[in-house]
Amino acid sequence: MTVINVQDGAVELGGRPVLRGIDLTISAGEVVAVLGANGSGKSTLVRAMLGLVPTTRGNVELFDTPLSRFKDHHRVGFVPQRVTAAAGVPASVQEVVASGRLSRRRIGRPVRRGDREVIRAAIEAVGLTERTQDSVSTLSGGQQQRVLIARALAGQPELLVLDEPTAGVDLVSQATFAEVLRTLIGRGITIVVVAHEMGPIEPLVSRTVVMRDGRIAYDGEPLASFHEAHHHHGHHHPDLDRAVDYTPGVTTPLDGGHPR
Amino acid sequence: MSILTTDFMIRAMLAAVFTGLAAPAVGTYLVQRRLSLMGDGIGHVAVTGVAIGLLTGTSPTITAVITAIIAGILIEVIRDAGRTSGDVALALLFYGGIAGGVLITGLAGQSATTLNRYLFGSIATIQPTDVWVTVALAAVVITVAVGLSPQLFAVAQDPEFAKVAGLNVRFYNLLVSVLAAVTVTVAMRTVGLLLVSALMVVPVATAQQLTRGFRATLLVAMAVGTAASLGGVVFSGFRDVAPGATIVLLALACFAVAWPVGMLTRRRRRITAPFLETHADDLPVDLGHTAVPETHDHEHGPDCGHQAVTHGDHVDYLHDGHRHAPHGGHYDEH
Repeated sequence: MTVINVQDGAVELGGRPVLRGIDLTISAGEVVAVLGANGSGKSTLVRAMLGLVPTTRGNVELFDTPLSRFKDHHRVGFVPQRVTAAAGVPASVQEVVASGRLSRRRIGRPVRRGDREVIRAAIEAVGLTERTQDSVSTLSGGQQQRVLIARALAGQPELLVLDEPTAGVDLVSQATFAEVLRTLIGRGITIVVVAHEMGPIEPLVSRTVVMRDGRIAYDGEPLASFHEAHHHHGHHHPDLDRAVDYTPGVTTPLDGGHPR
Repeated sequence: MSILTTDFMIRAMLAAVFTGLAAPAVGTYLVQRRLSLMGDGIGHVAVTGVAIGLLTGTSPTITAVITAIIAGILIEVIRDAGRTSGDVALALLFYGGIAGGVLITGLAGQSATTLNRYLFGSIATIQPTDVWVTVALAAVVITVAVGLSPQLFAVAQDPEFAKVAGLNVRFYNLLVSVLAAVTVTVAMRTVGLLLVSALMVVPVATAQQLTRGFRATLLVAMAVGTAASLGGVVFSGFRDVAPGATIVLLALACFAVAWPVGMLTRRRRRITAPFLETHADDLPVDLGHTAVPETHDHEHGPDCGHQAVTHGDHVDYLHDGHRHAPHGGHYDEH
């Protein structure tokens, strides 16, 4: 079964092309790491897959349904890139995780016993059972990240998309995260994880996509980091060798200013 | 006490209770989204709405509610567009609102005293129809704010996650704006347009001193809002002062009491939280045995007076910035 299918996807943000020529098909059960430098478009890629940023051309399908007609929101779990899970008003771990259940709850339907059980299990899976009633603002950065993962799990998704879940997270939380991921993979959940460096999840990944300048520069066997993308290519790729410190805004990738 | 049973006082108290419940209910979502001053902005623009009512001879309540809703939607649209100049655009809207209100009131041949009734509340002028409009609108606001709290909470907490979960984020954000606008008009007769924002925000600030969860904050804020609102109206019934001022000062008094209590509770919770065994990171750190040569003038124990905190399989005692655990005949530094 195809979980994500992007054909000729392109994204512009504020008139500036950020993604172009994206062809990507991810099947059920795959564990895909999306690597790339800052500004390479890796976050934008997953956000476009989820409909958080509009595509300017091409097609995006989730579970064989065009994004515009996709209604099975509970099949997708999303862990956004976040410094903190806290907002202006205190919210307990329980409440934040419970909000992840909304994709399976119609308006006005109360929380049932089954919902509570799933929420409890999600909190347990990330090892925060003892902090269930605590305000998320009192947790460490790594623990808050785990709250966001538990929130995504509360919807019991078939596809889990995580944007930089290990950025700025302590080693204990990274190890816990890898453990959670291993359990989910065991259940056959498709996982797309955006990362700068793989860290402890490296052995779990089945496929690596490397983004560079808004294009997919590498797609294939797992790599530990996007720097390795160079050495895995049989032929010379001018795209990869280009100096990365050119000034953004002076030329854009679609200006055609670079000889190809 | 007979003043409490007069018709106008009963009407005022009824309006106060519903206002006190509705304003913090909406205010909680505004504070959560860090838009605490939004109520203020809508209140300023509603001044123009009241003035239009005075000029045209229609009910100021109706013109105010329409103007406030337009302002609420406009503010949300500007915010959603996310321009850097949004902040300035809001400021222009606010100043325009209050200046327009003063000018149009003047044109209508009404004195500043008339406008003052709407700016700071006035219980003596509440008509029976006003009360029923107030109560009905407030009931709608409370029903929506509490009934849709799971959705509104999720959207305010993390709009991107809410969108992926299938919630219509733009609709819910607009809904909160419209609720805030309606609340401003509801609160106009009791707390007044210039101070309505305080009744939205101060009870929430008070509640979160004492609570750890969102729902608890929402409910405690509504309780504090009701108490302040009712108390303020009753006080202003005995002494002829604008109820808005007394309501806000009462709410601030609640905050002044709650703040130190919250500080102490949080401090106590921090101190008594168990120390965790953090070996899970596999770092080669020797966490073992460090005997302390320091002599203690008493043996640490359950009743020694020093703070005891659980640490793995034993108990540490805190004194002078140390964590000491009894071990054999000596103490270990932890």
